[in-house]
Amino acid sequence: MAVFLVLGAFFLVPLFAMFEFSTRGNSPTAPRTLDSWSQIIKIPELAKAITASLELAAITSIAMLVLILPTMVWVRLRLPTLNRVIEFICLLPLVVPAIALVVGMVPLYRWISINVSDSILTLSFAYLILVLPYTYRTLDAGLASIDLKTLTEAARSLGAGWGTVMVQVVVPNMTTAILNACLLSVALVLGEFTFANLLAFENVQVAILYVSFVSAGTSIAVAVASLIFTFTLLLILSFVGRPRERVAAAEEAIFTAPAQVGEWGMRA
Amino acid sequence: MGNESMSESGGPRAGVEVRLEDLRRQYAGVTALDGLSLTLAPGELVALLGPSGCGKTTAMRLVAGLEEANGGRVVFGGRDVTDLPANKRDVGMVFQAYSLFPHMTAHQNVAFGLRLHKVGPDERRKRASEMLELVGLGPHAHKYAHQLSGGQQQRVALARALAIKPTVLLLDEPLSALDAKVRSRLRDEIRRVQLEVGITTLFVTHDQEEALAIADRVGVMNKGRLEQLASPTVVYSRPATPFVAEFVGLTNRLPGVVREGSVDVRGIRLPLVQPDAQDGPAVALVRPETVSLAAAPNADLGALVGTVIAISFLGALSRVTVDLGDVTVVAQLTTSDAGALPMGTRVRVVLRPDAVLIARDEAAAVRA
Amino acid sequence: MTAAGSPAVSTTAARPAGGGRRLPVAWVATVPFFAYVGLFLLLPTLVIAWGSFTTKGGNLTFSNFTSINQPYLVKAFVQSAAISAVSALVGAFAGALLAYAVVTGNPRGILRRAITSAAGVLAQFGGVTLAFSFIATLGTTGIVTQFLMQHGINIFPNGIWLYEPSGVTLVYCYFQIPLMVLVFLPALDGVRPQWREATESLGGSTWHYWRYVAGPLLAPSFLGCVLLLFANGFSAYATAAALISQGSPIVPLAISNLLTSEVGRAKPGLAQALALAMIIIVLCVMVLYAALQRRTSRWLR
Repeated sequence: MAVFLVLGAFFLVPLFAMFEFSTRGNSPTAPRTLDSWSQIIKIPELAKAITASLELAAITSIAMLVLILPTMVWVRLRLPTLNRVIEFICLLPLVVPAIALVVGMVPLYRWISINVSDSILTLSFAYLILVLPYTYRTLDAGLASIDLKTLTEAARSLGAGWGTVMVQVVVPNMTTAILNACLLSVALVLGEFTFANLLAFENVQVAILYVSFVSAGTSIAVAVASLIFTFTLLLILSFVGRPRERVAAAEEAIFTAPAQVGEWGMRA
Repeated sequence: MGNESMSESGGPRAGVEVRLEDLRRQYAGVTALDGLSLTLAPGELVALLGPSGCGKTTAMRLVAGLEEANGGRVVFGGRDVTDLPANKRDVGMVFQAYSLFPHMTAHQNVAFGLRLHKVGPDERRKRASEMLELVGLGPHAHKYAHQLSGGQQQRVALARALAIKPTVLLLDEPLSALDAKVRSRLRDEIRRVQLEVGITTLFVTHDQEEALAIADRVGVMNKGRLEQLASPTVVYSRPATPFVAEFVGLTNRLPGVVREGSVDVRGIRLPLVQPDAQDGPAVALVRPETVSLAAAPNADLGALVGTVIAISFLGALSRVTVDLGDVTVVAQLTTSDAGALPMGTRVRVVLRPDAVLIARDEAAAVRA
Repeated sequence: MTAAGSPAVSTTAARPAGGGRRLPVAWVATVPFFAYVGLFLLLPTLVIAWGSFTTKGGNLTFSNFTSINQPYLVKAFVQSAAISAVSALVGAFAGALLAYAVVTGNPRGILRRAITSAAGVLAQFGGVTLAFSFIATLGTTGIVTQFLMQHGINIFPNGIWLYEPSGVTLVYCYFQIPLMVLVFLPALDGVRPQWREATESLGGSTWHYWRYVAGPLLAPSFLGCVLLLFANGFSAYATAAALISQGSPIVPLAISNLLTSEVGRAKPGLAQALALAMIIIVLCVMVLYAALQRRTSRWLR
């Protein structure tokens, strides 16, 4: 149908344009070159920003798991009435615009930069909040698919402490969901701009913007690279895990996160 | 609620004759209907019975105009409607599920068809209320689908289909999605309404009990073809083909040998429905109610002596399964008779000499 | 992060020994989560709420809100709303069309899976990378601009509009359309074929079906999705930041300019008032969205 063609063009052309732009030579008649690409490693701020972003992605993922997963397990097992509350809280970041939230974070981060650290890695505190909706959804789906109550009771009756239960019983049974949640966090952190920019940190997206003032080609090359990286991650997301699980989990988590707000309202 | 008696007594049949002539339908290389011909007399209720994939639903959809036939004709009262689209055919349909429009009340659902037929608002309201009364749902007129039970929804669907006074009523497994108890009550309701209105009706189902209970005639279908079309009694007691014998009612498969027009089953000679069958090994299809059992505590286990291994209590009747060593036989007895033959009793099997059908099924012969 | 540690404390007390004694201890395990969320989600929100209603000296006031009444800020709200509304409507109609095309095909076919996957990825594609992709396409040296120039068509006769609200709207459509496909598809899936067939058998045409059955059934969901897209467009910041280097044509940019300028930092209340206004607007829209979804789910489960 004509619809597909028109819309397909609308979506594919800009992607292609980026590739094209990043391989341009010095003048309209110059041959294609990968100069812009090779510049990526030569610009020190860029390299620093890329490293910082990757570190942030790792920290956020791990912190997310350590904070949210035990809480979710505990609430499921012992405090089921809190489920709705936790769900609501985890959906809030979808409703509160990042640009608005960051205004409230400025004084907080001022305090943090003085009393804790002024490293860019403190951004992970804020990023954890940002990834909450998506990761909660993924982990929740994962928890729902295993019989948590039985597994933990069996382990505890055999003498396992809670630490052992979490690490040796729950986690191994949820590898797909956990991996998905981590991949989602990484994708989000790598694409984040608002918090970093307004809290005066230079992560990869901010760096891309700064580099563009100097060399348009290189900035677009980095943009393409980050796109490919994120896209690959999401692609892995859809292939990891048992067939039955992966499609459902992947689709549910990223694709319908905004719709979860509506769903929560439905069940309210 | 006898079917045959009703057709003679009762009010005049106002219905229209519906004729299916050599209907064919294929898709993606699969033949769903292979030349189906069937005539429904005015006001008659014909049930199309068969397993999934036999073509019964396809046949009904062709009558409704929801699908186009690859060959054949559909005729309503002498008028060829084969080329007419569904919305010009004047049929009433009740679906298996999701019958009602969820955003309309029961009353609005019923009035919807009338509105499409350009009936004025006052007349619409009156007719819709009447139809809902007819199906016994007057007080529920203002409710939405999600506020009604499954059975109630189907009754509203029936009212909606009948409100527009269609030429023919089509019911596509209307009871399959309902609970057992609701099912039997509703099927009697449907039959009552159908008789009262006198409309020619095609009822599709995979449940043979349903078909036998309410139809004037039953058409048993298999793989796109009509295997038998007759009154329920005839279909049950004189099945025309092995498929019909096995699909309708329970059947015992007893291996035997055909010789000179009768079949020898474990020493008993039984007459054949098809007297010109070829000699040779065959499987005789024997109904449980033609099997009787007599206690034989001292008899040796033989071709017709075995032990009771299972009893199914069905109320007034019971089914007793007897192990004859190489084959099991199910007999249908009154519960009091079955009571005399507890598990493990040694019994002798007696077969009533009714004419039986045979099937040539090598695999079954080996299995048995 | 001591979440793994705290549950261990309550192991023995967690045995059902009578509700009253168990409950408080079990709650202890959730403290880390709530503390964290309280600190990084609730606190900033409170800062915004408090700050918008107080002066720098700490006195309660409405002055921050009345300061919003400056021409450039009023214009920012209007333009934000306009861009969000237009991109939401375009996204809604185009997305609905696309979703309809997908849903009428094979439910397990490759087309549907390809489009839903693509939609999932594109809906998240935003910010700087998206802006750059459009600059590479429609910028002064963009591939499409050049191509059209070579054929004698100048799409920027009055100056380049990519960096104006109209351009921003176009770029927003890039993620609005896929989002629409994702959130509207379930509603379309919920429309049963039996309803169309019932309408036909009752004598209705295609027009009757859409006018009386499918239309009314899908309307709440469609409207809800428009609202969702509006909220999404209203909250967007990164894309506009990359396209527009100066000025405050939309509210998010106004906020960011206030946060990074001397004037703005001297009067934090204004930025906070703007932030609060944004939060309230988006919140109201989302509440309406949730209500409409509830209605839809009752009909189109």
